[in-house]
Amino acid sequence: MKPAPFAYHAPRSLDEAVAVLGEVGHDGKVLAGGQSLIPMLSMRLAAPAHLIDINQVAGLDTVTVTEDAVRVGATVRHRDVERSDEVYAALPLLRQALLNVAHPAIRNRGTTVGSIAHADAAGEMPSIAVLTDAIVEVQGPAGAREISAHDFFAGPLEIAIGADEVVVAVRFGRFPSGTRTGFTESARRRGDYALAGVGVALTCQEGAIARARAAYVSVTDVPSVLDLTAVLVGTTQADVAARADDLIGAVRAHVQPESDIHASADYRRMLAGELTRRLVAEVMAR
Amino acid sequence: MTTKLFGAPVQRREDPRLVTGGGRYLDDLGHTAYEAAFVRSPHAHARITDIDVRDALDTPGLIGIWTHEDLEGQVGECLPLLIPHPALTAPRTGYALAKDTVNHVGEAIVLVVAEDRYAAEDAVARIRVDYDFLPAVVGLETARAATDLVHVDAPGNVSAHMVQEVGDVDAAMGGAPRRLKLDLSIERSACTPMEGKGVYAVWDSDAERLTIWSSTQTSTGVRAAVAARLGLPLAKVDCIAPDVGGGFGVKIMHPWPEEVLIPWAARLLGHPVKWTEDRREHFISSAHERGQLQEVEVGFDDEGRILALDVKFWHDNGAYTPYGIIVPIITSTQLLGPYKPGTYRVEFWSLYTNTVLVTPYRGAGRPQGCFAMERTMDAIADELGLDRAEVRSRNFILPEEMPYDHGLMFQDGRPLKYDSGDFPASLAKLKALVGWDDFADYRARAEAEGRTVGLGIGCYVEGTGVGPYEGAHIVIETSGRVNVATGLTTQGQGHQTAFAQIVADELGVPLESVYVTTGDTRRMPYAVGTFASRAAVMSGNAIALAARAVRAKAIKIAAEALEAAEEDLEIVDGIISVKGMPDARMPIGTTAVLSNPLRYAFDEAAKAATQFAGTFDPDKPPVADDEEPGLEGKDFYSPTQATFANGMHAAIVETDPVTAEIRILRYCVIHDCGTMVNPMIVEGQVHGGVAQGVGGALYERMVYDESGQLLNASFMDFLIPYATEVPHVEADHLETPSPLNPLGIKGAGEAGCIPVTAVIASAIEDAEGFPITAMPISPVELWELRQRHERGELPSLRRRATAG
Amino acid sequence: MTETTYGADVLIPVQVTVNGVGCSASVPARRLLSDFLRHDLRLTGTHVGCEHGVCGACTVLLDGRPVRSCLMFAVQAIGRDLTTVEGCGTIDAMGPVQQAFTECHGLQCGFCTPGFITTITAYLAENPTPSEEEAREAVSGNLCRCTGYQNIVTSVLRAAEIMNRRAEEQR
Repeated sequence: MKPAPFAYHAPRSLDEAVAVLGEVGHDGKVLAGGQSLIPMLSMRLAAPAHLIDINQVAGLDTVTVTEDAVRVGATVRHRDVERSDEVYAALPLLRQALLNVAHPAIRNRGTTVGSIAHADAAGEMPSIAVLTDAIVEVQGPAGAREISAHDFFAGPLEIAIGADEVVVAVRFGRFPSGTRTGFTESARRRGDYALAGVGVALTCQEGAIARARAAYVSVTDVPSVLDLTAVLVGTTQADVAARADDLIGAVRAHVQPESDIHASADYRRMLAGELTRRLVAEVMAR
Repeated sequence: MTTKLFGAPVQRREDPRLVTGGGRYLDDLGHTAYEAAFVRSPHAHARITDIDVRDALDTPGLIGIWTHEDLEGQVGECLPLLIPHPALTAPRTGYALAKDTVNHVGEAIVLVVAEDRYAAEDAVARIRVDYDFLPAVVGLETARAATDLVHVDAPGNVSAHMVQEVGDVDAAMGGAPRRLKLDLSIERSACTPMEGKGVYAVWDSDAERLTIWSSTQTSTGVRAAVAARLGLPLAKVDCIAPDVGGGFGVKIMHPWPEEVLIPWAARLLGHPVKWTEDRREHFISSAHERGQLQEVEVGFDDEGRILALDVKFWHDNGAYTPYGIIVPIITSTQLLGPYKPGTYRVEFWSLYTNTVLVTPYRGAGRPQGCFAMERTMDAIADELGLDRAEVRSRNFILPEEMPYDHGLMFQDGRPLKYDSGDFPASLAKLKALVGWDDFADYRARAEAEGRTVGLGIGCYVEGTGVGPYEGAHIVIETSGRVNVATGLTTQGQGHQTAFAQIVADELGVPLESVYVTTGDTRRMPYAVGTFASRAAVMSGNAIALAARAVRAKAIKIAAEALEAAEEDLEIVDGIISVKGMPDARMPIGTTAVLSNPLRYAFDEAAKAATQFAGTFDPDKPPVADDEEPGLEGKDFYSPTQATFANGMHAAIVETDPVTAEIRILRYCVIHDCGTMVNPMIVEGQVHGGVAQGVGGALYERMVYDESGQLLNASFMDFLIPYATEVPHVEADHLETPSPLNPLGIKGAGEAGCIPVTAVIASAIEDAEGFPITAMPISPVELWELRQRHERGELPSLRRRATAG
Repeated sequence: MTETTYGADVLIPVQVTVNGVGCSASVPARRLLSDFLRHDLRLTGTHVGCEHGVCGACTVLLDGRPVRSCLMFAVQAIGRDLTTVEGCGTIDAMGPVQQAFTECHGLQCGFCTPGFITTITAYLAENPTPSEEEAREAVSGNLCRCTGYQNIVTSVLRAAEIMNRRAEEQR
């Protein structure tokens, strides 16, 4: 399985990258980590005439932690985000989710921003983007602009940017202090796409939940956030179990899973609810 | 004193080379060869109406494009029917390149050769084929209903129908106090070795010789088939199996279309040509196996003894039948396992479907037979409220009943006659290993923690070491180096080590001086191949016999030279000496020198063999009438029947009460393959077999849609387990040596995978309390079964219904 | 054409350091790193099992980190440091992982083995004393069809022993 021929561009600066995209973006694809794109090229499921490799573009390979956000540049590898203690201290949800992304060898090369730009609702990072109210930074011929993660995912594998634009960074929003996060998923094999997965952010005050949000993997068309505050507000570790039925009901009503060769929609719906129940219990028990 | 090597866990001699990147697999060869790719049918059943290659003609790097009409003579004829059988009344084989019709997604239509694989695929992408669609027959139910036919001349989609019966089943069934019926199914899976198939061919136009390298399990088979197809004398064709990255059966099938076409193209072009299949090609144009629907009716008495066993099954053989009906025949015969039902009838229909062909996959029909028998045993036990191990033991063939003739014909055309085995002893060991009698307590403790656990069991018998024969040729050089050649092949079984152990022990030479070659027709042209757990039995014994012949000659020569009696000599560490007189000695290499009278001394040692060296009797010819020059031995081993290994497995599984995810907590194996040459290698084979079995029980299945598209033709969606999905295997051995061969060996290659599907089904059923009749099973399916059970659509097991 | 844009049929000079040795060959942009290593540099120790990143047979170390060489283009490795199985040790001087595999029967057909060796070599460099469970996790991104993984897990633990013993001997 070998890719079809393509013209190869390896711009060194963002301006150069944007210029190239302006010329050939309509018949080209941006290459960052390549862990999703290259198999598609090898299987000839995609055969773009141009490949724009942004790995040499200066300034895209940094992670910056600020008071409000963790900003991850476009060419930062999953593994570097996952291992950064600074990132973990600021936003532990990132490492919690990243440990579930494929295998270490894939994470050594795949990029977190690339995963979000790929916009596969079976991927972990898009759900983390919405859960953290991330801001996507985009660069195009008209300059820089920002898009909220909630507006970024236009459809399955579809993002709301033009062919002449490139995502340069994602700013994951940090949670207020007192927020506990967790992530879990269930897959057939280690590292596979999840049958269902969930990340939660539970903001607690004096041991009781004040705000609760969840985002899902593999059970929605596009990533979306489920606000569970109404169901879980006031819940403490002691009464988590009592809220289980309501919690599961809310999850099942929110998700819109589909059937495929690995699992039926009904199973995924059940799984999403059960994984959420278990995760909330586990997070509250810490 | 040297330690005996036979039976020792000697480290493998092939490993240092392989772990340092020195392996030479097919694609590591022929870097300057042209490379091939194929246009393969995207449709399951269609008539080809047009092939338009014009757009591909100017592809950079293109060398040539060929379709069926370009194939002359035998190359264009149907591929051979390798194993005919009287019951195979409607056999069909394909063409090397499809002619007129395609019968499965993946069937090769156009051959492209280019400077490299990238260019070849570019040309493939530009070739347009037009089709008239025909209805696709997919799945056993559809094939059986036969509303549409795969082949117009195979009515009912039946390639073969066969019945074997021992005793009057109908009468015995009618008279049986108890009867049960089971409907069972196993889905299709596949070998999927890590290395796909590959062929590399070099045509020497000066010598008019063809040399083929193929990632095959039978280099002699490929050589013969290709020589015949290309109209070449056997003397002008050689085939070598290089390092092979796994086979598991898919590479015993031959000749693959590519094995015919690549040599043909190499000769036509006068340039080496190579083809290495990619993973998608392997899924859609190699072979699959396992798919069967089964109906069992069993009549038994109140003690659980089987009086009548009536089995019908429908076997999915895919689009063509080049390997005949070996797999369903093996199911039919090996189904009996260690048991002796009073009467037995087995009837099968082998059905065509518009899917990839079906040829043996490790186990080769035994897993399916074991599944039918073991589900039946569990059902009998449950019906009677008896312990599942107890019911099995009441049906065992006992050691004193060996040899036991079932009255059936096995896959080698010979009687199904068990030669040895101690099934009660195997069962006792298994029960001890897994803690069979303590399980009730174990379950009680688990349930107190809110956990659901179950215990499963499965027993099997495996006919191994089928003929017709294997051979060995041993040559000892003047340096003392021992060259051993056997014609069958190697795909990771450690033959270079195990066979060297046999020779080292038989000859009394250091292991390091023994060099084993397998799968090279230039070195040993008489062979069958590696399959059916036969290599250790067949080649192991042939090698031992050849070694004994060489040893006898060496002793004879040394006796003369040392002026001693033959029976006073021994060989230790490669030195022949008179027992108790260590100064009267000669290295075995010296006997090699003396065995070959020379005119010219090519080195120091050789001087001793020249005409004036004074070592020969002037009244006798240098080479006696009944002798040959050289220190060589050649022998063959050809058994009258297979030799029967056996094993029993048990597993403890846990199922998640909500998500129905399944975890194997313990997996125990008792295994009897007679004497073992290298127990470390045998255990490795068992581990690997169990892993494939676990894959087949819980993860792996081929998913075809109605139109015959294979939906999971990649490793992303065909779920071969990683290390986290495979349990740690606890194994113990029993050794009942085979009485049928000099070394007492029985085969071990397939043992690990045969009962796993049955064992896991048995364990899940025990955990859940309702019958499991279809495998593989995923959490989703288990979850759905639970719901059906709750709704009353599935019966409960009696023992769980009463337990509450 | 600037030096950052290449036509589809242009041969791009790729200079890389492989196993400590500078190597180069000129290849089209679409040449996968796995094919570059195997066919352009003739380092055939790295194997190709699936070309979609799942089996791990093609795993090499990029600046010391395991990556799937079938999911990179050769041109993306320009100027980088690669380690293949050949660089983990030789027959006469095997690395600890290779040594362990030969002692523990960690391979049968050997086709998947190079990917395990590079992966485990990198893993042990950061985790020199894994537990059995950690060892099993560490190798759960590589497929093996022959061994059932049991002896591979044992090999990881043995490799750690050998590595730590050798390190002590050097002190």
